[in-house]
Amino acid sequence: MKRRKVDLKALPGATANAVDERFKVARPLRGILNKVFPDHWSFLLGEIALFSFIVLLLTGTFMALFFDPSMTEVKYDGSYTPLRGQEMSHAYASSLDLSFDVRGGLVVRQMHHWAALLFVAAIIVHMFRIFFTGAYRKPRETNWIIGLLLFWLAFLEGFAGYSLPDDALSGTGLRIATGIMLSIPVIGTWVTSSLFGGEFPGHVILDRLYIVHVFLIPLVLLALITIHITLVFIQKHTQWPGPGRTNSNVVGERFFPRYVMKQAGFFMLVFAVIAAMGGLFQINPIWLFGPYRAAVVSAGSQPDWYVMFLDGSTRLMPAWELTFSIAGHQYMIPGIFWPTVVLPGILTVLPMAWPFIEARKNKDKSIHNLAQRPRDVPQRTALGAMAVSFYIVLLISGGNDIIADKFHISLNAMTWAGRIGLLVIPPLAYYITHRIALGLQQHDREVLAHGVETGIIKRLPNGAFVEIHQPLAPVDDHGHPEELPYVNWTVPKKMNRLGALGPAIRGFFKPIEVPVKPQLPPAPEKEREKTSV
Amino acid sequence: MSTHETTEVPDGAKAVDPTDPNLTYREVLEEGLRRDEIEIVHYEPQFPVPGTKAEKRVERLVAFLLLLCGLAAIAFVVIYVSPLGQPEEYHFGSNNWDWFTPLLGFTLGLSLFGIGMAILVYGKKLLPHEIAVQQRHNDPSSPDDRALAAGTLGFIGSEFNIQRRPLIKGALGLGGLGLGAAAVVVPVGMLLKDPHKGDPGGHDPYMTTGWNPEAFNNGKPVRMVREDHTPVRPEDVSTGGQMTVFPDVPGGTTNEHADSPVLLIHLRDEDAQTLRDNLHKYPVNAMDGGSMWNNFVAYSKICTHAGCPASLYEQQTNRLLCPCHQSQFLITDNAKPIFGPAARRLPMLAIGVDDEGFLVARRDFDVSVGPAYWERPSK
Ligand code: HEM
Ligand code: FES
Repeated sequence: MKRRKVDLKALPGATANAVDERFKVARPLRGILNKVFPDHWSFLLGEIALFSFIVLLLTGTFMALFFDPSMTEVKYDGSYTPLRGQEMSHAYASSLDLSFDVRGGLVVRQMHHWAALLFVAAIIVHMFRIFFTGAYRKPRETNWIIGLLLFWLAFLEGFAGYSLPDDALSGTGLRIATGIMLSIPVIGTWVTSSLFGGEFPGHVILDRLYIVHVFLIPLVLLALITIHITLVFIQKHTQWPGPGRTNSNVVGERFFPRYVMKQAGFFMLVFAVIAAMGGLFQINPIWLFGPYRAAVVSAGSQPDWYVMFLDGSTRLMPAWELTFSIAGHQYMIPGIFWPTVVLPGILTVLPMAWPFIEARKNKDKSIHNLAQRPRDVPQRTALGAMAVSFYIVLLISGGNDIIADKFHISLNAMTWAGRIGLLVIPPLAYYITHRIALGLQQHDREVLAHGVETGIIKRLPNGAFVEIHQPLAPVDDHGHPEELPYVNWTVPKKMNRLGALGPAIRGFFKPIEVPVKPQLPPAPEKEREKTSV
Repeated sequence: MSTHETTEVPDGAKAVDPTDPNLTYREVLEEGLRRDEIEIVHYEPQFPVPGTKAEKRVERLVAFLLLLCGLAAIAFVVIYVSPLGQPEEYHFGSNNWDWFTPLLGFTLGLSLFGIGMAILVYGKKLLPHEIAVQQRHNDPSSPDDRALAAGTLGFIGSEFNIQRRPLIKGALGLGGLGLGAAAVVVPVGMLLKDPHKGDPGGHDPYMTTGWNPEAFNNGKPVRMVREDHTPVRPEDVSTGGQMTVFPDVPGGTTNEHADSPVLLIHLRDEDAQTLRDNLHKYPVNAMDGGSMWNNFVAYSKICTHAGCPASLYEQQTNRLLCPCHQSQFLITDNAKPIFGPAARRLPMLAIGVDDEGFLVARRDFDVSVGPAYWERPSK
């Protein structure tokens, strides 16, 4: 008996040996445990996308167990009384069942939708971070391109998902999508009829979109995300410049334990936010929209937010239809082709080429591991601001009817404002951003040369006033500070950044502490001696 | 890479044998770090003196957060199994079930928040703070390595020696091409559908709607019906009013005929006159004596922009607004697009009244309904 007793203390070691004998993992394991990661809040944006993707997979898989994409009509007899007896597709009916008859189904449905909105939002903000810090430069161009693909895949995935429940909004979205597909020159009708198995809506489109939404795109997303993150591992994350940080090192923390704990905790928080939103905030209440009917649409029907910029470009497009004849036949390119097919095309290709265009312009073939502050590359930053403002004008125009309605502005005025804004605002954004970036840079340089403003004004014997600066560098024989080199990193601009005392009164918006009352006049000599210790 | 395994130690530091049982964990860790070219340059426990009040406070906080996680999770389960989640039916308005989903979300969120914060606080406040520096290697593979890889590939190429075998080369090209073509043809071919080939009667779906007498109604003009299939008499639409009507054919009111919904408008006298005066401006609508019937006019509801139902009718201005991208059509001018992205008029349906006094479509639309496409007849 005694001899066979398992030695608990030796068990972990024995197991580890057994594993290593089979898989030889000791060294790669050590490498991963010790790998150093730089830390900065802006590096967490990609993580938000990753975490919401995981939540999407979890909630989506649950829903797939109950959803039925069939477009065959049934009479609804579920427990939502206002729709009982109505004809509707299985897809819509099973989405209702998921919301009302599957216990907790509605939370999961709403979590899925919120996670999708967060997913795309995080991708976009993450992409901005990568752009404005130059993190896409060599050697990370591949990851930039993969990232752009991920964005468009996420967009398509979201659109496919939005179409599945077959409520009034899904159907309207799909119908507009057919309008867009039809506009493609030469093959438009062929593409549309082939995908829909005939004329819109046909009987197969939801079955097809279902497979696209739950299998094809997630598979590709998963594969590309894996490559994306593996590349971050292999190429190592960029870091901000700063003391001790160079292009050929990484300054941060070991992967385990602290960094991983932060990630795990952050994942739980993202998950928590999605869960709370899924429960507390209604999203896509399909039972209020009713089943899709080709003749019905309500005012203010909106797509999900990430589709709105294309909706906006469609709304702003003037009514230009190109007709021409080839060999005696009349052909046409509908106006909707430009804002919904050509524009996204440009928005894909141009950013993909951007890292190479920039490198070529700068004749730059070197490896870059240090992120750049936006102010240090004014032209790129200004270009980025231009792109962002272009995007925002489109986004706002995608909801211009809602804005017109809420603020009692004429709808036509909103459209014209959008058209003009689209042309005027981006160049303006370029100019202003460029000036701001140069201004910030200039101020950094001034501080490096002259020191930090102390807020102390000195009056000279001749009556003139001068402001006293605290030099950042040692002073020379004449009392002038040496000029410090510009290193593209944060320059302290306040005395308390240099170790001076913080504000005496605590509180940000209003003081938490009562400020000291004005002092009484000093006590006479004798008393003072008594009180001082 | 061999550099990682190096045991030679610079700066005269002693070489460390990691299997030495007398080493502390820290010493072994540092040896590993050294081999991975990592150096911990700053290492600082959060609480240099263990057991202080401050440390206890953080410990209590972590414990509290974990407790919160557990309690909220239990609450979640209780709510989940409670009768709140299973009413017989749902109505509009407030009832207990309205609380079910928000409570589930709240408790689940709270529970996840608890565990997430517990992990974060534990990691950030209790684990030592450190600054570690790891070297990157920015240079590509060594010239040797590159040459070796290139040579190896070269040799493999020469093993195939395809250059010297033109017959195989040609056959391979052809075979590859064939297989590639098959790989494309099969999936594309499976999906491919001729858009303009419709039913056995040979009606082009893009040119045919449910109003087509030959395709759907044995040659008889198709009646207009409401969504509940009741036919429509002129008296049913008051002056200045409008109604959405569908073709009275099988499935005519369903999405089966998604391009057929029509907006029937009963114009006021002066508006009707304006429209009659304008008919010739768009000759399609004036064919065989005009498409109106008295003061009634019927336009396709399917927006010529992207196919949404253009269904918001503004009586005062006689405009029809499409809610999708705000195209506006002037009813009294053959539904001419006057604002927004739509470039073409809404097609007009030629209407009349049958012997029983019900409104009918005299024939199908004369033009293709809905969004435009490349080969759309320009009529
Ligand atoms: C499915 C969506 C995406 C996920 C899950 C994702 C996830 C991540 C994660 C976890 C990181 C590492 C941490 C960080 O820098 O934030 C990362 C880095 C990166 N991502 Fe993404 N990302 C996504 C989309 C994108 C997009 C749309 C782009 C750009 C077009 C992009 C470009 C990059 C680049 C260049 C890096 C390397 C950053 C560096 O080393 O500084 N990613 N991504
Ligand atoms: S679909 Fe009517 S305006 Fe676009």
